[in-house]
Amino acid sequence: MGALQSLHGRPEYLDLAEKTGFSFEQIRVLHERFKQLSHNEETLRRSHFNEIPDLACNPIRAQIIEAFFDRRNYHQNGEGTVEEIGFEEFLVVMSHFRPPSLHMTEEQRENVRREKLRFVFNMHDTDNDGTITLEEYRHVVEELLSRSGALEKETAKSIADAAMLEVASISMGHMEPDEFYEGITFEHFLKLLDGFEIESRMNIRFLNMDTSTLCK
Amino acid sequence: SRQRRKRRAAGCRGVLPRPQRRAVTPLPARDLGVFADAREPRLCRGTNGTVRTLEHAGNHTAANGRHNFTKKPFPVLSLDYHHIQTPFEISLWVLLASLMKLGFHLIPRLSNIVPESCLLIVVGLLVGGLIKLAGEKVPPVLDSRLFFLCLLPPIILDAGYFLPIRPFMENIGTILMFAVVGTLWNAFFIGGILYAVCQSQPDLNKLSLLPCLLFGSIVSAVDPVAVLAVFEEIHINELLHILVFGESLLNDAVTVVLYHLFDEYSAAGPVTVLDAFLGVISFLVVALGGVLVGAIYGFLSAFTSRFTSHTRVIEPLFVFVYSYMAYLSAEMFHLSGIMALISCGAVMRPYVEANISHKSHTTIKYFLKMWSSVSETLIFIFLGVATVDGPHSWNWIFVTVTVILCLVARVIGVIGLTYIINNFRIVKLTTKDQFIIAYGGLRGAIAFSLGFLLDDGRFPMREMFLTAIITVIFFTVFVQGMTIKPLVELLAVKKKQEAKRTINEEIHTQFLDHLLTGIEDICGHYGHHHWKDKLNRFNKKYVKKCLIVGERSKEPQLIAFYHKMEMKQAIELVESGGGVKMPSAVPSTVSMQNIQPKKPPPAKSAERSLPQLPKGREEEIRKILRSNLQKTRQRLRSYNRHTLVVDPYEDGFGDLLIKKQKMIELEKKMNNYLTVPAAPPDSPTMCRARLASDPQAYSVKQSSDSVPTIQVDLASPQSPDSVNVMDEFRRAKQQQEEEEEYQGLMMKPPQGPSGPNKPGEADTTRDPQKLTRCLSDPGPSADEDEDEPFLS
Repeated sequence: MGALQSLHGRPEYLDLAEKTGFSFEQIRVLHERFKQLSHNEETLRRSHFNEIPDLACNPIRAQIIEAFFDRRNYHQNGEGTVEEIGFEEFLVVMSHFRPPSLHMTEEQRENVRREKLRFVFNMHDTDNDGTITLEEYRHVVEELLSRSGALEKETAKSIADAAMLEVASISMGHMEPDEFYEGITFEHFLKLLDGFEIESRMNIRFLNMDTSTLCK
Repeated sequence: SRQRRKRRAAGCRGVLPRPQRRAVTPLPARDLGVFADAREPRLCRGTNGTVRTLEHAGNHTAANGRHNFTKKPFPVLSLDYHHIQTPFEISLWVLLASLMKLGFHLIPRLSNIVPESCLLIVVGLLVGGLIKLAGEKVPPVLDSRLFFLCLLPPIILDAGYFLPIRPFMENIGTILMFAVVGTLWNAFFIGGILYAVCQSQPDLNKLSLLPCLLFGSIVSAVDPVAVLAVFEEIHINELLHILVFGESLLNDAVTVVLYHLFDEYSAAGPVTVLDAFLGVISFLVVALGGVLVGAIYGFLSAFTSRFTSHTRVIEPLFVFVYSYMAYLSAEMFHLSGIMALISCGAVMRPYVEANISHKSHTTIKYFLKMWSSVSETLIFIFLGVATVDGPHSWNWIFVTVTVILCLVARVIGVIGLTYIINNFRIVKLTTKDQFIIAYGGLRGAIAFSLGFLLDDGRFPMREMFLTAIITVIFFTVFVQGMTIKPLVELLAVKKKQEAKRTINEEIHTQFLDHLLTGIEDICGHYGHHHWKDKLNRFNKKYVKKCLIVGERSKEPQLIAFYHKMEMKQAIELVESGGGVKMPSAVPSTVSMQNIQPKKPPPAKSAERSLPQLPKGREEEIRKILRSNLQKTRQRLRSYNRHTLVVDPYEDGFGDLLIKKQKMIELEKKMNNYLTVPAAPPDSPTMCRARLASDPQAYSVKQSSDSVPTIQVDLASPQSPDSVNVMDEFRRAKQQQEEEEEYQGLMMKPPQGPSGPNKPGEADTTRDPQKLTRCLSDPGPSADEDEDEPFLS
């Protein structure tokens, strides 16, 4: 990926490629898609996302869309949300789903893992306070179950409570009866999903996308 | 008959005690002699049996007027072996196999070093040797029909029914590459090089190309039975296991096509391009046809299971019969029977499991494991016997070249294919993985049976082939089978994760699925997740409604998982006897209270209606409860071989649940400040508990004196004691409920197990539950005085 490669006359791709790790081809394809989604404007807004028909039946649609507008995902220590994003932010968010390369040191792998888990954590932690409270977790489970037709709110609550209890037990071990577990911090979250192998699971194959298969 | 008797005796020398042999005395000649003439066809049963009971009748009505019949004393006791010969011998073999299996596991050191398959082959060799020493003809046990129609299907069905679908589908591309391209490469490489070698040898000159290729195709296929047998003991990580195992299952189609192709044309002359093209078409037909046949039968079976709610006892039968018929139907058309079985099992499982009772589920699981276990044992023993028996023609060059070529071809094939495949995989295969995949390519009985099927006339070198096949099998099973375990340790290959699935992982699995699908949609890329999601939605919308009875069809996976876990934990709780502390590293004291946000204190009026127990009385009650319950303990059942989870629906649990439900409803009438409700009475799992095949589960014994029916009447002027007792139960019940449902759900976290017990208090809070159970069995505690105060 050196500067010697043909850049299709797009010097800014070099910058993006370095920042996100995508190849030029992938960046080009994603740029096409970006333009398609934003109707050739410079920025994307939430309304553009809402137009994607396939996304409509996704139960966690709202959270996914929010993730794009969440400053915390832009690799800076940002906070809060924005109203519209440019191509760079779009690409940065997408880069969370890049597969890890084959030859990585342990440390690099751990970094990738943290990054991906941080993304998921941010999706759960909607009020940006750094912990996932019981309410927020309940909301997550409810959303997950919302499209299945069976609106068993009580069961969703029980499941979320059980999950929370599990986290608390794993992370805290001993707690006095009147202590209160505030919420899942990022460290606890890491510990919780220790065996989950998220670095191999949370990936999209950006390998062989081409414009001809881009759906509406 | 003397011969057969001796053979039977020789065959059971290892099994039956000595005195039995003497019972086999030469029968008086009258068995055959006197009645030989009078024997009329209609009196004979089977091929050569003499019918005992009808003899006399027959003789009196002998049509040919033989009057040389002399009256003899009525035979009080007589022996007729022919009558029962075949089933008896079959049973004897099965018994031998099972006893051997028992024996191995009684010697732990042996089973650690040597894999079971090796030991069984050795046993087979011994038995075969003994039979031969006795001068008998060794029975052709590994008859191809017997093998393919009786011994193989249970193993494949077991594998297919319990196939982990998710990892299988995720790696399907890799598996198919290995199965199809890998096997083809192996076959042609081995066949071709062998031909070249044979041409250079004077004695093997007459071996033409096609028989060599046929031989190559027979010996190149990785065998599922052997792989299962060996891999099961090494507990390797899921990815490698599914790769090698999946390959061994799917290469059946390739083997079938190649075998028939070369078999047909070996006599008929050279294979033209047209034939090769037809071969490719045939492969597609065989593979896809097999899958289709299996899927059809799978759907039929799922549909049938929808209507079995009133005849629960025959539910397992449908599963077995439909699957077997799928196999036979596929074999009828020369399609791939193995693929049919796999697809049948995999297709029907989610729907059938949603429909059948838990007892049927357990039955199916146990029967499949049992049959497959026996089959596997028998196959290996028979391999040993057939080795002793089979006509051998040893040819050093041929055999050694074959063995070497098998290894080399496998290694080259795996390396080459991995190089190509890694370009398309997200999780690449490392060198270690490749080594294990190559090393795990074991050959087994299928290769032998296929070789056995060869026609002697067309393949004069059949015996040489058989010898070579057996040598390869022995080599792979013994050498590779025995050394793979230490190699896995040495290379530090990742092992199977023993940690249980936690609910957080389940939530995040689902979350991730939806997230990735969403991202794919945003990218505009119709990828893997998109199609999977579409399939799931189709499944949910149409298929499930059709095949699953009642409201189970709407139950989302997360909820089903949650209920299953609830049940499991409840059982473990009950079965571990309550008072016994789970051996845990870090006992966690976290409970529901810790995670609930602080609530405002309950209204004063509510508090007043619940009189507090004086501390001393509480302690007393607790002590009595605890001592009672420690007298009745349930032993935790242990399972061996295949990991079978504790079944929540073993006898009595249905009753337990009903009683628990009653207590819950009772308590609901009172002030309930529990924040989380109990499982609703018509939740699917509760329904299944009630609809379990045991009809008694329904009968609610209202006035049974074994149930501590607690009469509650706040208004009546009861003595303060009884109200207090009720209160204790209720509070304890609430707490216990919380704990049972939520603490109980705290499954062993990956680090180490943690019993959800607060020391001391937790014991007694679960006591009411325990009390219910222990008083309901007419156990020793029933007539003890101390129980009385608690029955009001």
